[in-house]
Order: sequence, then structure tokens, then C-alpha cells
Amino acid sequence: MNAIFKREFKSYFQTPIGFIILAAYYFFLGLFFSAIYKSGIPSIETVIMAMSIVSVFTMPILTMKLMSEDRRQKVDQALITAPVKLISIVLGKFFAAFAVFALSFAPTVIFEIIIATKISVNVFSYIYALFGMFLLGGALISIGMFISCLTESPVVSAILTLVINIIVIYMSNFATMVNNTFFSTILEKAAFVSASESFSENVFSIPDVVYFLSIIAAFIFLSVRSLEKRRWS
Amino acid sequence: MINVTGLSKRYGNHLAVDDVSFNIEKGEVIGFLGPNGAGKSTIMNILTGYLSMTKGKVIIDGFDITEYPEDAKRKIGYLPEIPPLYTDMKVREYLGFIYDLKKVKFPKKAHIDEVLKLVKIDTVQNRLIKNLSKGYRQRVGFAGALIGNPDVLILDEPTVGLDPKQIIEIRNLIEKLGRNHTIILSSHILSEIQAICKRVIIINRGQIIADDTADNLSAKLSSDRSLVARIICNEQDMTEVLKGINGVANVTSLGSFEKGTCDFLIEPENDKDIRADVFDKVVSSGKKMLSLKNNAMSLEQIFLRLTEADDSELKKLLGDNIIAENETKEEE
Repeated sequence: MNAIFKREFKSYFQTPIGFIILAAYYFFLGLFFSAIYKSGIPSIETVIMAMSIVSVFTMPILTMKLMSEDRRQKVDQALITAPVKLISIVLGKFFAAFAVFALSFAPTVIFEIIIATKISVNVFSYIYALFGMFLLGGALISIGMFISCLTESPVVSAILTLVINIIVIYMSNFATMVNNTFFSTILEKAAFVSASESFSENVFSIPDVVYFLSIIAAFIFLSVRSLEKRRWS
Repeated sequence: MINVTGLSKRYGNHLAVDDVSFNIEKGEVIGFLGPNGAGKSTIMNILTGYLSMTKGKVIIDGFDITEYPEDAKRKIGYLPEIPPLYTDMKVREYLGFIYDLKKVKFPKKAHIDEVLKLVKIDTVQNRLIKNLSKGYRQRVGFAGALIGNPDVLILDEPTVGLDPKQIIEIRNLIEKLGRNHTIILSSHILSEIQAICKRVIIINRGQIIADDTADNLSAKLSSDRSLVARIICNEQDMTEVLKGINGVANVTSLGSFEKGTCDFLIEPENDKDIRADVFDKVVSSGKKMLSLKNNAMSLEQIFLRLTEADDSELKKLLGDNIIAENETKEEE
């Protein structure tokens, strides 16, 4: 797992992808921060949670090559015939993408310090918001990684991931279109944007944490299965 | 070292590998020979655990590849048909990655240096793989297979697409490694297999159709001693002259391919070597012979025949009278 994590993480910065992702997050983090800072009641939690919009567009780029590129270049033969478990391959790749995502939030530490000089801050609330964002990001990465398993083309993977991201994050907006109250409630509650609300409000909500963790686990499992299935087809 | 029993692989409705069984002892160098699409690569992919089998059992050094995949895979170094390379990495960096991936226990730097030297790519170790030529990429892939010094090497068409000099280098390397490794290599070039392997397994349409030593097979494959001669002469007269030679069973005129000459197919009785007699007779009749060569069929033609043959024909072909590429001797 270590070898794959190291290679994958490094490859993000051997190609422009890693830098593009970091630049996008840093730019929007700065933009939102300065807007909120001027508004008078600076809240780092709001800034962090606003990043879910940015993630809709960055995640497809982050995950598009994770699996598809290996298959296109036939490198998966080296990985699968090496004495490692499929789960280690998948986890190595997942954590590499996750590490890039986590790095994107580095500036928030500085922002928090800037806010702390002005008003008293709750560090736990900041950490909890970050934790929530990482859960949401992890869920998006695992979904993107699974989609990347399904195709040989990074472009197809990126487009498909973008569409899925928009749906899973904003499906609460479609709730009103559904007549059935049962389904509209599901759409409303299951949308990532509503499930992650509690994190910005410093409300510890076990269902939300479990919800995201189970999505991550499910799609990591599905990625392993999809690699496994390819051997059998 | 490698035990394969009843191996089958089905892709949808297509049976790619059909009930294949063989045993390979430690230290053997085996050649898989067969036309494209015969199932060579599929068998190799199953042996290395890249693909799963539909039926059958593969045991590598006592470890079943489906039950103990990690232990079995640790024994194998695999060079697939297309070398699995991360082209955005440098050669040394890539080998370091493979080293980490395989969790090799040897000292890292020394081991990679050793492999780089063995495959002769130490001069390009700091270049990006995507900037390397096909021959070098092939060797980097080879080096990847050698990392960790596995007991078994499985090489899928290791010399395809290389220039003659590189082919010889790779062959020498395989020969050298064959002294202390068990090697399976595949090819559709008979002479290559003959040069390296002691034992040859011929695979066609997913089945093993021959499993024998290279010498036996090449004897079987090259038993045809018919000759083709080009002579400056009159067609009719010469046919009579050639028929008069002792040991000649049949003479067929092939027509004229060069102005003033005629080509003849001369078939001997009972595989007799009639080259010297034919030469003497033509000279003594006062005609000039321009060339005399074995009626050799190219390997492509053989494979075409093998692939098109049905079962009974196949038996016949592999019995005695298969016509093979032979050393073409030009005599004046």
C-alpha cells in the first residue's frame, strides 16, 4: 500500500494535476475568506464548508486517472501480479488522492490564526468542520475512484464523476420535484450538502459521520470488486 | 515448480484455453510456441494471477495461485506482452517502485544497481521512461520482472519489436538467467525458441498440441527434403534428366521466374538427401544451375496450416510430414 501511495501521490505533482487542484482550492479559499472576513463575523467553518461547491469540479480531475490510466497503459498487470492484495492497491490510491485533497486545506490554518487575532475562536469547531469536509471529500474521492475503475478513459471518468458529484451533493434541490414524500425525504437528507451541514454548526451528529464513512467504505469495496471482476470476465 | 492441471478459460462464449495440463520442473527453460490468439498470453496471465481461470488448478512452488495468491506471486517475475511501465517515471524510480511493491528484502540500492547492470540499462537509469525507445522499454520491463530475484520468470514475447542486436542481447540474457531460474517464454518464432529452450510446448486454439524437446520437434518439423532448383535449360528436356537421377521420386516444373531459366520441384524417395546427386547430374548434362534450395515453408505458413487444420489433419501434420522452415542453402 505504501509503495502505491507514494507513487500515486508523487505522480500528482509530476503532472500539473496536483498543482491545478491545490491552486483551485487555495484561490477559492482565499476568495471566500476575504469575503467573509470583510463581513464582520468571520467564521472559518463557513469557508471550509463552501469548498463543497469547488469540490464538485476538482474531484473529477483528482480521481479521473486513478484507475483508468493504469488500465490504459497496461500497468495494472504489474500491480495485480505483484504480491499485494487488491485492497492495498485501492487503499494506496485512495489515500494518495485524499492526501492531495487534505493538503488543499492547509491555508485554513493561517486563516484561523488571522481570525483568532480578531475574535476568540473555538479550535474544536474548526477541527470538526475540517473533519466533516474530509469525510465529504473522502466520499467524493471513493465515488470518483470507483468510476475510474469502470473505464479506460480518464475523460469519460471525469465527466461521469462530475455528473454524479452534482447529483449526490445537490440532490436535495430535486426533492420538491418528487411527489412521493418518502423519496423526497431521502433526496433531501441524503444529499451531501445537507448531510454535512451539522459539521459547520459544530453539532456532533453520529448519523452524518456514519453516513459518510459508510459511503467511503462502500465505494472502496466496490472498487476492489470491480478490479476483481475484471480478472474473472 | 509449476503444476498446471485441467486449466480452462472462457471469455463469454469463446473458449480461450481448453483443458491444458503440464508440469515444469525447477530450472527448466520452456518455450510456448503458437500463433497469435492461440492462448499463450492467456495461460501466462493465469499463471501469474492476473486473470482467473474458469476451471483447473495452478500451483507455483507448492502454492495454489487462487488460494495463496501472494505467496505464489512472490515466486514469479512477469514480463507481459506490453511492458507495464509508468511512463512518467524515471527508470530507477520505476524499479524502486516495483521493489517497494514486491516488498523485496535485499538491500535496495545494491539490488537495483545489480538488475540495472544485468539488463544493461544503467546508462539510462535517470531518464524518463516515456523518452526511451521500444528496446529500452522492453528491458526496463524485464528489469521489473527481475526485481526481487524470483525463482520463476514468465516472459511473454520478450523479443518482439526489437532490432536484431537487441534480440541477441535479450536471448543471451535469458540463457544466462536460465542457469538458475525456471523460465517460461512465449514466442511465435521457432528459431528463437530453439535457440533458448530445451523443451517446447506448442499451443493452438487453446490446446496443447505438442510437448516435446526442441530437437525432436525441429526434426519432425523439418523432415521434408524436397528441393527447388533453378536451372538455365529447356523445361521438357531437363524434367527428363532430373527424373533419371537415382533416388528422385517426382519432378514438377514450376515454370519460369527468370528469363531463360526454369524452376523445378524435386521430391526424393524416402527422405533421401539428393542435393549432391542433383547438382552432379545437372552439371554433367552441360546445363548451369543458378540455385538449389530446400523447399522450405515459412513459419507463418506452418502456423496457418496448423490453425486451419482439423484434428485428424493436425495429427498427421505433427506425426511425420510437417513441412518446416529449414536452413535455406544456396548452392551454385
